[in-house]
Amino acid sequence: MTRSRIFLIAPLLVFLAGAYLVPFLGVMRWSVTLPQPGFGQYAVALSDPLVLGVIWRTVRICAMVTVISVVLAYAITLVWVRGAPVTRMVIELCILIPFWISVLTRAFGWLALLSNRGLINTLAQDLGLWAEPLTLVRNEFGVIVGMVHFLVPFAVFPLASAMRSVDERVLLAARGMGASRARIFWQVFVPMTKGGIFGATLLVFVFSIGFFVTPAILGGGRSVMVAELIWLRIFQSPDWGLGAAISVILMAGIGILLGLTMKYAKGSGK
Amino acid sequence: MIRFRPSLLATVVAALVAVFLLMPLIAVIPVSFTPTRYLAVPDGEYSLRHYRAILENPAWLQGIWLSIRIGFAASLIATLLAAGFSLGIWMLQPRFAGVYMGLAMVPMVAPPVVSALTLYFFLTSLSQVNGVVAYDTFWGVVMAHVVMIAPFAVVLLTVALGQVDRRIDLAARSMGAGLATRVFRVILPNIRFGLITAFFLTFVLSWEEIGVTLFITSVNAVTLPRLMWMGLRDNIDPAIAAISVVLIAIVVAAVLVRTAVELRQRRNTN
Repeated sequence: MTRSRIFLIAPLLVFLAGAYLVPFLGVMRWSVTLPQPGFGQYAVALSDPLVLGVIWRTVRICAMVTVISVVLAYAITLVWVRGAPVTRMVIELCILIPFWISVLTRAFGWLALLSNRGLINTLAQDLGLWAEPLTLVRNEFGVIVGMVHFLVPFAVFPLASAMRSVDERVLLAARGMGASRARIFWQVFVPMTKGGIFGATLLVFVFSIGFFVTPAILGGGRSVMVAELIWLRIFQSPDWGLGAAISVILMAGIGILLGLTMKYAKGSGK
Repeated sequence: MIRFRPSLLATVVAALVAVFLLMPLIAVIPVSFTPTRYLAVPDGEYSLRHYRAILENPAWLQGIWLSIRIGFAASLIATLLAAGFSLGIWMLQPRFAGVYMGLAMVPMVAPPVVSALTLYFFLTSLSQVNGVVAYDTFWGVVMAHVVMIAPFAVVLLTVALGQVDRRIDLAARSMGAGLATRVFRVILPNIRFGLITAFFLTFVLSWEEIGVTLFITSVNAVTLPRLMWMGLRDNIDPAIAAISVVLIAIVVAAVLVRTAVELRQRRNTN
């Protein structure tokens, strides 16, 4: 009886072990054997100014993207959860439609808007706002805009579940004691949704760190982030050892971040 | 009952965020009718040449057909593996359920670029022993996609199972139902919507997968996203605009139909 049920659980785990965990060990082996055995590639990764610069840029861009995404998502979620019924439906469509559309189409949409012959520059030049096209894409600005656009819908879901579980009576009690609307929002509602804010922040940050497609298309090779650096080291200037070492560092970083969060979440009794 | 509606300021900010989310999707529409061979906004003259290019260029049609087949195979395998796994965890409640669950989630939380490199290692290693499940082959891409999408199916099916009343299963068991009867005639019918959703979501995820696909294909298994990627990197091909418009139209139609069905259901239950 028990054995037959183990045959339900086992296939997926065996498959993932074979197709993911063992190959990841292989990547780790690359990182300490290519081009020669030892931890030389880790030393390079953690001292080479180019690699460090890319890591620093990645963390900086991802931090900015995370803050902007969570703030924008908070506003739209607030209206999605607490707005009038019709408003709610319109907002829901505005969140779901981009959510289901592929990252490539969305990145292309930003190219169509922001590039030199794109919608914004064409319109502004026709109206005489500026004469020469502004460089809005193929730089850090384009990367941040594209990443925020991709990540806002992901931040919405944890925020929505936190906002839905806010007890309306607490807000009424605050009003009963004479708090203004602004005060109810900032000192009662926002603190009550802080679990959702925390979850959304973590989710968006973890997602953004390994981003490859959006920065590669909208950054145009000028603002390389960690994921694109790994791609370049594997496929352009074959340096598999370094690419593998950066991957292992990235994986460890995400693992530590998630581990700490889980510990914190448990510690605070959530 | 919601007593506090969002303030005017919050509504205005949410509307701006909604515009931000939809803007790039709308921007591709005019660009797709440009008569030029480069990305530009049509200047009074419109053309369908880029839509014709999709229909006439066999590469696009082959890419679309390949992506459909890969998506179908990968989502079928992923849903089956995930269904077995989630059912096993739900029925058996093993002591290390959390650990198994964590293992199954690894490809979802790991940075996509690390997963891509890992699967690249997996498939290039397999290439040395066989030509079927290998680098740049149909089954190679299918297997890599299964790794990436199965965790999402596990999440959906675990949520669906969480809503099933255990007493139904207990009743079936106490009346002498065997394992097969319990699974196929009691539990699975109760989570059929979860199964359909899991299949559909994993299909879409495979259909638009690009981060991993870039690492594990080169010239043979060219999926639609891979083709789009090639047309986006250097000289932007406006055919991407045409294909994007088609993809966006499909998503908008699907989301609208779903919303309409939901509305009707809600009206019927009221």
